[in-house]
Amino acid sequence: MTDQAISGIDTSKAQAAPKGLMYAWHRLKKSFGTPTPYLMFFGIVLWLGTYYLLTEGWKVPRFEKIPGPVEVITEFFSYDPIWGTSLFTEDFHTNVYVSCRRIFIAFALATGLGVPLGLFMGWSRKFKDYTFPILETLRPIPILAWVPLAIVMFSGFETPIIFLATLASFFVTTLNTLLGVESIDESYFRAAGCLGSKKHHVFWHVVVPGAMPFIFTGLQISIGVAWFSLVAAEMISGDYGLGYMIMDSYMVNKYVSMVMAMISLGFVGWITSAMVRWGGNRMMQWRVKALALEGR
Amino acid sequence: MAAKAKTTAGKKTQSRGTGRGAISIRNVTKIYDPEGVNVMAVDNCSMEIESGEVCMIVGPSGCGKTTLLNVIAGFHSLTFGEIYLDDELLCGPDKPLADQGADRMVVFQNGALFPWKSLLDNVAYGPIVQGVMSKSDARDKARDNLAEAGLGEVADKFPGEVSSGMARRAEIVRALINDPKVLLLDEPYRAMDALTKSIMHESLLEVYDRTKVTIFFITHDLEEAIFLGDRVVVMTTRPARTKKVVDVKIPRPRDYKLLSSEQFRVLVEEAKDAVHEEAIKAFEAGERELA
Ligand SMILES: Nc1ncnc2c1ncn2[C@@H]1O[C@H](COP(=O)(O)OP(=O)(O)OP(=O)(O)O)[C@@H](O)[C@H]1O
Ligand SMILES: [Mg+2]
Repeated sequence: MTDQAISGIDTSKAQAAPKGLMYAWHRLKKSFGTPTPYLMFFGIVLWLGTYYLLTEGWKVPRFEKIPGPVEVITEFFSYDPIWGTSLFTEDFHTNVYVSCRRIFIAFALATGLGVPLGLFMGWSRKFKDYTFPILETLRPIPILAWVPLAIVMFSGFETPIIFLATLASFFVTTLNTLLGVESIDESYFRAAGCLGSKKHHVFWHVVVPGAMPFIFTGLQISIGVAWFSLVAAEMISGDYGLGYMIMDSYMVNKYVSMVMAMISLGFVGWITSAMVRWGGNRMMQWRVKALALEGR
Repeated sequence: MAAKAKTTAGKKTQSRGTGRGAISIRNVTKIYDPEGVNVMAVDNCSMEIESGEVCMIVGPSGCGKTTLLNVIAGFHSLTFGEIYLDDELLCGPDKPLADQGADRMVVFQNGALFPWKSLLDNVAYGPIVQGVMSKSDARDKARDNLAEAGLGEVADKFPGEVSSGMARRAEIVRALINDPKVLLLDEPYRAMDALTKSIMHESLLEVYDRTKVTIFFITHDLEEAIFLGDRVVVMTTRPARTKKVVDVKIPRPRDYKLLSSEQFRVLVEEAKDAVHEEAIKAFEAGERELA
């Protein structure tokens, strides 16, 4: 203790890597030493400021009808909203909940089908030859082109919407998984062969973990695509959901509610992709640590 | 079909080592893409590697060294000829592609530890998948072996978290835990600085003195070749054939003091002359010489 007191450096602290919450705090403290948080703050202020001036400040033509930030924010946090919808009203909760539930189901389905399919396609040449042409023909069809078919094919509101969101994200996930398997360096397969692996060992110990980085990149994109097609589907045929809220508010000129739904979409979308990223980092500690050493 | 010059199997030499891991390469020819462009990478190459020998392969860049190693390891098929390991046919006319197996362990040019497994799990992987050890036994043994190689502290780290030198040593530990007959190394220390390299050499020599495993080692570095090897085989430019064999009769155990001895210098010069001749030939043949 005395040694440390003299040198003024507490080595015991310097050695122990912070964990959990302490780690997050450590990161946060460190980040205030970089320009990042300040730039972020400045960027947001700039954006909101422009938005305010265009709509509520100068009331620039064509912008005057658009609800300004002050109006939207007051309405959003109001217990007694003028247009009937705010953070505290039940219909808003229902819309957010319904959209999130649809995304959850669609994303789970797309991942559960797309990842195994992509893995097998990358792993078995024959299987790829069977399936790839079909996938490549269906994939370029824009998701909106599927809407009528989905409505004809499935009854009710729920199934066609989930189908559309699933389809879009399924293609992305499958293709990225396939690319992931193909990106694995040949020498890992050779090493596995040398070490006496059977086929199923190669699959579980080389193919799956090796494709993981690409899979998670794909999932990031796929959750975005899922939101995109979900909203499109909800706008066309829906009873609830944020996409429906946008379209419904627009129809009855409730522009404030419309913008609120848009902001909510941005926020919820951001949270879901952060969750995917978090899941990816949890499953690929090896990659996180290697990248951290490179200072990324 | 290439003429079989030597068909008599079974003249096994048992001068050193454990009496296993003798490789007999007989009239091996490898032509890439026989229908198409026809790159002849190895031409009628014969070589006898004794059990427990450290055989160093040097030669101009692109001459076919890696190809030869890949044929032995079972990554590529051969076109003509045959290769025996301890009098057992690895590959030949009827079976051009050798089975991959834990009796021949490869250490790759760019390293091939699985980046998604810790060093410990990498080392324990072989015995587990071969089913020769239980999971916990394999991990215990892996931990011991890593500690023995001075890697005990980093055993639980991922390959991306340790230096390239440590990763390479761990890769050799991963190979040796399977008790292979032969260790095949393809320029394992190529990208390393001189200091790391010399540490690698000492650790490899230490491993060799302990296990006496047969080593087939490809390199461009002639000093490395003489320092480590019992024999240095100089290959011709493509297609690869044996040009010259330099016998290194320097007793083991060896250490770095050897590097400044006269005997060492002479041997390096001898090998250098042979390689230089081939390099010039390669150059004149219009090939880019990168070695
Ligand atoms: N899969 C392949 N298909 C066709 N040609 C190949 C293939 N692999 C290697 N070759 C060719 O065979 C020749 C020998 O290649 P090889 O990799 O065995 O050389 P090398 O001696 O290991 O070279 P280096 O010292 O650069 O590693 C080269 O001309 C190369 O272009
Ligand atoms: Mg090579």
